[in-house]
Amino acid sequence: MIAELGLAMLWMAAALAVLQLVAGALALRPATAHLAGVVRPVAMLQGLLVACAFAALIWLFLNTDLSVKLVAENSHSAKPFIFKLAGTWGNHEGSMLMWVTIMSMAGGFVALIEKRLREETLIATLAGQAFVSLGFYAFLLLASNPFTRLPEPAPEGAGLNPLLQDIGLAFHPPTLYVGYVGLSIAFSFAVGALVTRDVGPAFARAMRPWVLGAWIFLTLGITAGSYWAYYTLGWGGWWFWDPVENASLMPWLAATALLHSCSVLAARNALRTWTVMLGVIAFSMSMVGTFLVRSGILTSVHAFAVDPTRGSFILALLAIYIGGALLLFALRASTVTEGARFAVVSRESALVFNNVMLCGILGIVLVGTLYPLLTEAMGVKVSVGPPYFNPVSAVFAIPMMLVMAVGPVLRWREDKGGRITWQIAVPAAVMAAALLAVELLFAPINLLPALGLAIAPGLAVASLQPLVGRNLRRTPLATYGMVIGHLGIAVALFGMASEGAFSTERLAAMNPGDSQQVGPFKVTLQDIGPVAGPNWTALEATVAASYAGGAATVLHPQARVFANPPGNRTESALLTRWNGQLYAVLGEEGEDGRWQMRFWWKPFVPMIWYGGALVALGGLLALMGRVARDVKRLVATDKIAWRRERQGR
Amino acid sequence: MRGLLLALLALIALSAPLAAQDMLPPAPYAYKQLADPAQERKAQALMETLRCLKCQSQSIADSDAPMAGDMRHQVRTRIAAGEEPEAIRQWLIERYGDYVSYTPQVKPLTWPLFAAPLLFLALAAFLLRGRFRRSKGA
Repeated sequence: MIAELGLAMLWMAAALAVLQLVAGALALRPATAHLAGVVRPVAMLQGLLVACAFAALIWLFLNTDLSVKLVAENSHSAKPFIFKLAGTWGNHEGSMLMWVTIMSMAGGFVALIEKRLREETLIATLAGQAFVSLGFYAFLLLASNPFTRLPEPAPEGAGLNPLLQDIGLAFHPPTLYVGYVGLSIAFSFAVGALVTRDVGPAFARAMRPWVLGAWIFLTLGITAGSYWAYYTLGWGGWWFWDPVENASLMPWLAATALLHSCSVLAARNALRTWTVMLGVIAFSMSMVGTFLVRSGILTSVHAFAVDPTRGSFILALLAIYIGGALLLFALRASTVTEGARFAVVSRESALVFNNVMLCGILGIVLVGTLYPLLTEAMGVKVSVGPPYFNPVSAVFAIPMMLVMAVGPVLRWREDKGGRITWQIAVPAAVMAAALLAVELLFAPINLLPALGLAIAPGLAVASLQPLVGRNLRRTPLATYGMVIGHLGIAVALFGMASEGAFSTERLAAMNPGDSQQVGPFKVTLQDIGPVAGPNWTALEATVAASYAGGAATVLHPQARVFANPPGNRTESALLTRWNGQLYAVLGEEGEDGRWQMRFWWKPFVPMIWYGGALVALGGLLALMGRVARDVKRLVATDKIAWRRERQGR
Repeated sequence: MRGLLLALLALIALSAPLAAQDMLPPAPYAYKQLADPAQERKAQALMETLRCLKCQSQSIADSDAPMAGDMRHQVRTRIAAGEEPEAIRQWLIERYGDYVSYTPQVKPLTWPLFAAPLLFLALAAFLLRGRFRRSKGA
């Protein structure tokens, strides 16, 4: 009953999306302009209906309704509550429903609150939004219905992949999806503004909170995903340039560029075409990401060719949206003037430079991710990994970080290099000193980590400079956001470089009682014994670790065995200090009865994720600052309108 | 009947090594580091750029798969015997194909990978130059 209800609501929502699109499109013609009033309520109702459909699916998973195919294939009655809940979106159909849900709810929210834009542009935006969601409704209803019943209820569910039974991963996909969806809203705004030839600061201000919000969630999603890979895969790596990771990085890079160019458009009414273009690219990248992850093309091009239904569907959507948007862009770009001008030395120029560099990195990641698929289709499998991505992206990233150190202290429109001599000299001196120290104290170090260790402290100093000489209480929240965001990049860079330069690894076969030295730590294997969890059993090692002869801390790395479905997972144990992390893994028992233990000492590695969190916090502060200002303005205009009305009476 | 039994036995005998492959104890240097830190560093750097063929997107330096263990053993013993890392990479590529190396080899098929960054750099220079020139005139 619940499943049928959910499906019915999904169909109704799809029908409403059609109405929203048609009414929105017709409302743009003078003859049928009266239809405009329909669009907002329909958008809100559509969001509500999909939310109910998604709630129905959650209900089915929480109650483990095994007559529903999706539940039987992905859940199990003995799973802990939180993983039953996460199981709702831990599969293809459920995750696509979640995508549509977030997208339609966001659309409803735009319809509810957006008042700054010209009404016409907003209607066009909502119509564009309906057009995007329609594709996803079609995909859900025709190619991946989450509510299909089984002819016979299954006796028991198949369970969830043990690797995914982790709290970090339970909330990783929703976070990224919110990010992707936020970019779809930004895309709709861009389409709306193109349709009504309304690309200007008002459009940028309306779009900015969505871009910021999307960017915060993408940042969090990538940071959390990286930490998850770090501690569950059991080998201490935090970024593999894996296609799935790249799929989430590409929208982030595009969103970062869009965010900055959006700020320029809002503040200075410059970079109009560029901003619209980036809006299209950012959404395209989230579609490419969805395509890569959801079509199965990554497992193998051949797997994709065997069952291409879903993949071709997403590919068709990709072609329609990106192609359509680019066509619209090509038709209308000539009507969008470039906007205000600026000098070579100006904050706009620095932002443009970095936008171009971000797009360069984006291009590299895109080519490196897609090229192996292309050669595989031609019959040759090649791999593109860190040895390619690291140096090639650094070619763009290093100039970008150097400009990033200077950009925020430059003035808008026109500036003189001589005015900011000190602001350039101080970070430059810090970088030079750091480079010298690294080369003298720690040589030999590879080039990239050494450069990272040199640039990071200089960038950290530079990121704080916009606050120098300001009244800190009167500094806008958005400025703090920028400072903290840039500082976060410096912190993360330092963590990455330090991990690359200073990690030490120790692999050892140990008997209980044996000790090993790993970096500054002395680790002793004390004992190994069995433990049991809600749906797993494990072998657990007791390891005592003492830092530089100090008091010992006890760690418990585990090797877990899951029953439904059967699978293994190592549960690494981490000891975090201010200056790094000790990483311990329990391997298998050798034939001589000794245990394979793996240890890493990774100096300052947590800074990678602290940095990511700081970047997201910076985004959050900026968002709060912007929204607070918008609300104030909204209240003020409402008050004025109210007074006028009263005086008129 | 007897012939069938023999055939069956032969089949079991033949398939036994296959089934046992994953159960064999790991090769000595799969989970053991080389004694010389400089050599181990060299081996580690190479292992990080070789793909584990049985995993999804993992290098042999970070995989529990038995095959990755065997390859680690190969790399470490060859490094210990004084072979150059690039020679070992070539040997592995000959055996397993280009797929095994995360460092793309420059070949007729892969040149776009190396042309792309140059193209992007040129494009970036072009975009920036155009913009700055125009703004100067303004």
